[in-house]
Amino acid sequence: MNIKNMKRSTRSNLITFGIVIAFYLIVQILSAAGLLTNSFKGQLVPICAYVILAISLNLTVGILGELSLGHAGFMSVGAFSGTLVWVTMSPTTPQPLALLLAFVVGGVVAGIFGFLVGVPVLRLSGDYLAIVTLAFGEIVKNVMNACYLGLDANGLHFSLKDAGSLGMEADGKVLINGAMGITGISKASNFTIGTVLVILTLLVILNLVHSRAGRAITSIRDNEIAARSVGIPITKYKLMAFVTSAVFAGIAGVLYSLNYSSLVAKKFDYNTSILILVFVVLGGIGNLRGSVIAAAVLTVLPEMLRSMNDYRMLIYAIVLIVVMIFNQSPQMIELRSKLTARWRKGGKDETKKKGVA
Amino acid sequence: MALLEVSNLGIAFGGLQAVAQLDLSIEKGHLYGLIGPNGAGKTTVFNMLTGVYRPTEGNIVLDGKDITGQNPELISRAGVARTFQNIRLFNDMTVLDNVKVGLHNQIKYNMWTGILRLPAYREKEHEMNRQAKKLLKIFDLDGQANLKASQLPYGKQRKLEIARALATNPKLLLLDEPAAGMNPNETEELMQTVRSVRDQFGIAILLIEHDMNFVMGICEEITVLDYGRVIARGDGKAIRNNPKVIAAYLGGD
Repeated sequence: MNIKNMKRSTRSNLITFGIVIAFYLIVQILSAAGLLTNSFKGQLVPICAYVILAISLNLTVGILGELSLGHAGFMSVGAFSGTLVWVTMSPTTPQPLALLLAFVVGGVVAGIFGFLVGVPVLRLSGDYLAIVTLAFGEIVKNVMNACYLGLDANGLHFSLKDAGSLGMEADGKVLINGAMGITGISKASNFTIGTVLVILTLLVILNLVHSRAGRAITSIRDNEIAARSVGIPITKYKLMAFVTSAVFAGIAGVLYSLNYSSLVAKKFDYNTSILILVFVVLGGIGNLRGSVIAAAVLTVLPEMLRSMNDYRMLIYAIVLIVVMIFNQSPQMIELRSKLTARWRKGGKDETKKKGVA
Repeated sequence: MALLEVSNLGIAFGGLQAVAQLDLSIEKGHLYGLIGPNGAGKTTVFNMLTGVYRPTEGNIVLDGKDITGQNPELISRAGVARTFQNIRLFNDMTVLDNVKVGLHNQIKYNMWTGILRLPAYREKEHEMNRQAKKLLKIFDLDGQANLKASQLPYGKQRKLEIARALATNPKLLLLDEPAAGMNPNETEELMQTVRSVRDQFGIAILLIEHDMNFVMGICEEITVLDYGRVIARGDGKAIRNNPKVIAAYLGGD
């Protein structure tokens, strides 16, 4: 029984990785054949970033069962810190090393912020996390919007007023220029890096979920009182899930920002947080594979619909509603399980045939 | 020294004294019953013993260690496990995983071992599966190990809760109305199971139950609560004939 069970979860994980790799290969082939439009190519890195964001948010919302409305905030602190590392180091250090450092710093900084937000809030139960993360996202956006940072021979200069009051020497360079953000980033992200990061995220989060710690996290979601009664230290595991989620949001932020030549704080606003939450909800709460697919499809869809400009948002909304009905309506769930049962039967026959061959 | 020594335990919610002056002494390997009319404070006693509520007076000493007012996690690790009156399972997890969560503090490996799938992961998971299966077998649940807990019928859910509690390797097991909602056959079967659990694991069991056949049938000592106070204590026969108990249940003066 156990082996069967293990196999089932491993098989499900393999399908998820298979989807990611297949998507990567198809895109590479189409790209080599020159069949991809430029606008679609431009979407590839954002797709990867959103997929990572959706997977990581699903750890908080789906596996831990806490609502977070500030995922863009963690994305933002990750993006700014990682991009700063990239901008300051890439001229002098070997590119792969600087890039690796940028991702590590982005993830760690976002993780630290996750910890700081999580420690006071995760002790409470209820909607507090949603409220605090919502505020966190807004605070990060507004602070970064008014933040000036410069570097000269004397070191780093910081101001919340304007670039002039940084008091730098003539050779100084403004790194973060308030609402203009970071400019002149040499583009470093590409689809391959993005795919590698998606696979890394999936690997870490799937392995975490299917381990002792993951069971503890899931048990808190299912019944906090019972989890405590069997000796699960709930604050520890809530923090573990929340911080892990923040770390990957930070990494996704770095990936996203290094795809453009400039980075502004306004990009990471409330709407972005909600967009990521929409991916999670539509992909299925607690369903990591669903998050991957939903994030990819819903990132591409608005672009694909650009030709019918007037109806774009209408169609987008209809797709959301249809998916929601498909996922949630009891009749649909029944119909779906019937279909998958039939499909499974067919699938089994096939594997049997293969086994014989 | 008894396994569990409760002395002068009491709790007040604002002006309401829910439980007062409760003394309880529980020996290893024995079965105890806690009965009383609705609202007598039985579950409140359980909640104090497991750290859900912090007592406002008195002491709880488990195996020589004062556990009064500690949080549920620590009390679970100290060796008290419980089930709930309204079943609290991890509904979206499999039956096997429910028990494995119970094993959390028995078989340990850290987060990185899990994420990086180090050799210890396979070894410890294997051991967890083995022990969980063993527990499920005792409760005749091994055939349903891969079902979701919510898919089990009611009686089996109750059993799974006991299996999960036993997985924490307790010294004292608290059962809150284990036979609630069961038919006479199931109740009879549960009695056998509870007895055999006590014999196999050599632990003390304290249970709350309204089914008097059940309580009288297996408990060696019964404590009767009414309005938060102990009104009688003794074996089944003594309790059955105690006028105070009869008055509490049937009314009277």
